[in-house]
Amino acid sequence: MNPITLNSPGSRAFMMGNDAIARGLLEGGVQYCAAYPGNPSSEILERLADAAVDLQIYAEWSVNEKVAIEGAAAASLAGVRSMASMKQNGVNVSSDFITNLALSGVKAGMLLITCDDPGAVSSTNEEDARFIARLADLPMLEPSTPQEAMEMARFGLELSEQLGSLCVLRTVTRLCHSRSAVSLGSLPEKRRVPRFDTSVTWRTFPVAPRHAKMHRNLEQAESLFENSPFNTYEGPEEAELLIFAAGNTYLFCQEALEILDLESRVGLAKLGTVWPLPRRWVLNQMRRSRRILFVEDVDPFVEDGIKALYAQVCSDVGVRFFYGKADGALPGEGETNPDVVMEAVRKIRSLEKPTAEDIYRRGVRERTEELIPPRDLGFCPGCPHRASFWSIKNALKLDSRDGFVSGDIGCYTLSLMPTGFSQSKSVHCMGSGLGVAAGFAKLRGQGFDQPVIAVVGDSTFYHSGIAPLVDAVHHNASCLLILLDNGATAMTGFQPHPGLEKNATGAEARAVDLEALCEAAGASVVVQDPFDMTETRDAIYRLLQQDGGLRVLILRRTCALLQRRLGGFPYRMRVEPSRCLSEECGCNRFCTRVFRCPGLYVDPITGKTSVDDVICVGCGACVEICPQGAIIREARCDDAA
Amino acid sequence: MMQHDPTNVVITGAGGQGNVAAAQWLGQALMDEGLGVTVGDTYGLSQRGGSVMSHIRISRKRIYGPIIPQGRAHLILGLEPVETLRVLERFGNPQVVVVTNSRPVYPQAVIAGEFSYPTGDAIQHALKALSSRVYWIPATKLAQELGGAIMANVVMIGALLETGVVPVSENTLLKVLEATLPPHTWDANRRAFRKGVEAVRDSPGAA
Repeated sequence: MNPITLNSPGSRAFMMGNDAIARGLLEGGVQYCAAYPGNPSSEILERLADAAVDLQIYAEWSVNEKVAIEGAAAASLAGVRSMASMKQNGVNVSSDFITNLALSGVKAGMLLITCDDPGAVSSTNEEDARFIARLADLPMLEPSTPQEAMEMARFGLELSEQLGSLCVLRTVTRLCHSRSAVSLGSLPEKRRVPRFDTSVTWRTFPVAPRHAKMHRNLEQAESLFENSPFNTYEGPEEAELLIFAAGNTYLFCQEALEILDLESRVGLAKLGTVWPLPRRWVLNQMRRSRRILFVEDVDPFVEDGIKALYAQVCSDVGVRFFYGKADGALPGEGETNPDVVMEAVRKIRSLEKPTAEDIYRRGVRERTEELIPPRDLGFCPGCPHRASFWSIKNALKLDSRDGFVSGDIGCYTLSLMPTGFSQSKSVHCMGSGLGVAAGFAKLRGQGFDQPVIAVVGDSTFYHSGIAPLVDAVHHNASCLLILLDNGATAMTGFQPHPGLEKNATGAEARAVDLEALCEAAGASVVVQDPFDMTETRDAIYRLLQQDGGLRVLILRRTCALLQRRLGGFPYRMRVEPSRCLSEECGCNRFCTRVFRCPGLYVDPITGKTSVDDVICVGCGACVEICPQGAIIREARCDDAA
Repeated sequence: MMQHDPTNVVITGAGGQGNVAAAQWLGQALMDEGLGVTVGDTYGLSQRGGSVMSHIRISRKRIYGPIIPQGRAHLILGLEPVETLRVLERFGNPQVVVVTNSRPVYPQAVIAGEFSYPTGDAIQHALKALSSRVYWIPATKLAQELGGAIMANVVMIGALLETGVVPVSENTLLKVLEATLPPHTWDANRRAFRKGVEAVRDSPGAA
């Protein structure tokens, strides 16, 4: 039984933070759910989409985050509760709509969920999206456990409806992807029927009075937060040190104090309602100690807020010493963990660090430093991107005018690294590859003569590649756009996108044709299978030689992981030992040294290349690589399932 | 039967080895045993060739956070030998118990000839010097003999049980496996699990 839809109040389920958020939204009566996939947020909408048919709610993978939140806003205005979830970058993408929606207000409860990625485990930036709450005057909650994430998602919808304001739930990777037991509440029995009241308008003006209303909303939220169960204190009445721990960092602080045996001397104030700050509650905590440490993920958001608050009341509260990211007690970047908290507390209290641990770790370093090879990220075995970038590399070499690639966001971002032959030379945000490439091309009149290739994946192209395509065609930007169409939003878990014939819930959908879209904008389009590497190289070379505006090459081949789910590849690969000449060949281990597919390795005993039968998926792309033709592909005979 | 509260387990490997699934099975089984458990996964872009790590925190007192503090692992379960070695620096200690699959998944830099992969002897030697007990298990080979390398993580879960470090029963673990895996694979997985149990039982073990 899917715990997301289990209607048995009080029962416990072992849930990931993201599952718990999805569950909380359902308990809060959400009926419209929209998101664009992005780690660590993706599982929220996945779970809701899984439940959508059973519970008769709407769930979609939107084309991008801005469209997601616009649709969710419409649902709210029609009187049904809604959500939009995204990773931190999505908040940037949708921020223009959010700041305007904040002024117009919402009707039914509506929650924006931002899943930030401290340490950038799966992101191109490390960003604290809590800025949006301050920017747009939105109440914001930050959970510490999956249980609390569920409760806050449910409460956030209630609060939003009560205030008539969009509310924000902010989590981080570590919570999104950690699992623990969650006690379920009940699912609503009744569903609302959406209806838009045409006697009302939703708009931002007159702006100043509406801006004032936003501030009154925050005051109301603050008074509710003063007694919120999401804010707690544990520790002595008078403490030697007080820690304010926001959201996910709470359990790390709790454990740090337990290990340091300081629970009876250091106070721990857990803050779950991070914007607006409940001033009275915060000041009451501040009276407990002269020394105050702020612990939170990414930016000093709570730290700055509480310091600003203190500045207004310091004569009443007395002298306080502050520690956190501003003074360097805690690092200003990377993920919070129990060790950095312990380190900060030791520093503040001038405690010595036990040396036994250091001695052990030094011993580990001495014994293992020389032994452990790095494990870099790389394209999967069978990945079409490896073949695509192989051909791009060879075509640019053939062209020999110092051409280069402007990259984009997806698995193929790894083309910055050796797995993609280090072909991409610039990568920024979703959809920026073509905008940047076209910018180079617009310098042609000033003597810029290097060929420029933009690469973009299918999902990223729909997300934010269409506007730069139109711009490049209109301005006759002479460059080549290579669309790496692998039929999925692969990086985040194969979510469907507008190019596919099914939607988030598995229902049939109308595919928006890539070729037709590009041709309608006025670009020429060529389609090619990247596994045919010679043909692909030649096609790229020809397109680079052409003059004129934007050319589009679609390299179409299903993502290898998806292909394996669809029954796998047709080949069984082997290396013919009599043909592989090893060191005598003169190829200098071309197949493994340069092509770097993890399915091939040099056998340490024979010195010859061999196929790793655990890793190789049988895509067959590597047969073209070996100058001796030693890599053989044979039809796969299906034995064991 | 809980020697340490909290008991901390690290499961590590390379992307695609079934690391997260193994951690999820163990976490669910521990919850079913009535224990407080938190599982924290670090995967990010791991399926694209990177390292993967899960932390399992087990307690009767309360819920612990999803990150094990430095030097505080009681058991390291490695699906890949070099990854096992890699987590020791941050999470190991002289008392830690190590169970590792012996089969390498070669990193790209090794395939490309830029780095060499240590010999099995060198890895075992280092592991023994840095832990209290080491179990060196040919889990991938055992799984292949039963029909698929993908079951190596099930072999390793059987091995984990037999170390006695984690307060969970065979019955509970098998129930969880069967609740998640398709019925036609139950028999093979049950045998894979037993292979792991036997591998630890028959191993010389102690350093």
